Amino acid sequence: MFTGRVVGEVVATVKHADLAARKLLLVQPVTPEGKPSGGAVIAVDAVDAGPDDLVLVNDEGNGAAQVLHRPRGAVRTVVVGIVDRVTGGADG
Amino acid sequence: MRFARVSGTCVCTAKVPAWKGHRLLVCHWTDPGGSPSGRPFVAIDLVSAAPGQRVFVVRGREAANALPDPDNPADAAIVGIVDHVRERPWDGGRGGA
Repeated sequence: MFTGRVVGEVVATVKHADLAARKLLLVQPVTPEGKPSGGAVIAVDAVDAGPDDLVLVNDEGNGAAQVLHRPRGAVRTVVVGIVDRVTGGADG
Repeated sequence: MRFARVSGTCVCTAKVPAWKGHRLLVCHWTDPGGSPSGRPFVAIDLVSAAPGQRVFVVRGREAANALPDPDNPADAAIVGIVDHVRERPWDGGRGGA
């Protein structure tokens, strides 16, 4: 899992059935210090996250299936938490 | 999942049976603004995307799972066509303007 900042919402009428009726958030991965790290990803929202929220993102299919209460499918990137605070980080 | 843009098609007469009926499209990754980044790659198409369209792509085991028969070797699958991206600030589905 990694921390990221919600920077947008992706609107897609045509999408895979496993993504039907799911909110798709654009998440910019950030370091624990809050600096952008790598490219933005599209994640399924499981916690009703909103704009500018610092979130925890799971990028693995089995965890995604559990969170979404579905069999293994086409989803692997899911917002699974809204971060209150992070301590430690690069320096431990 | 990440953004990509479809740039072409990859036609294979001989391919694994699980891919029958699905097209292979040449794509390249883009940033959220649509600018290309990185190398082109080939993805299996689940949403009838066309060259020029902005799509999003899932990678890894979940790409194979996107097909009706998950026992196949796909490592990238197009699972959505982007209508538009609402960048912040937006109401996030919580009401407001």
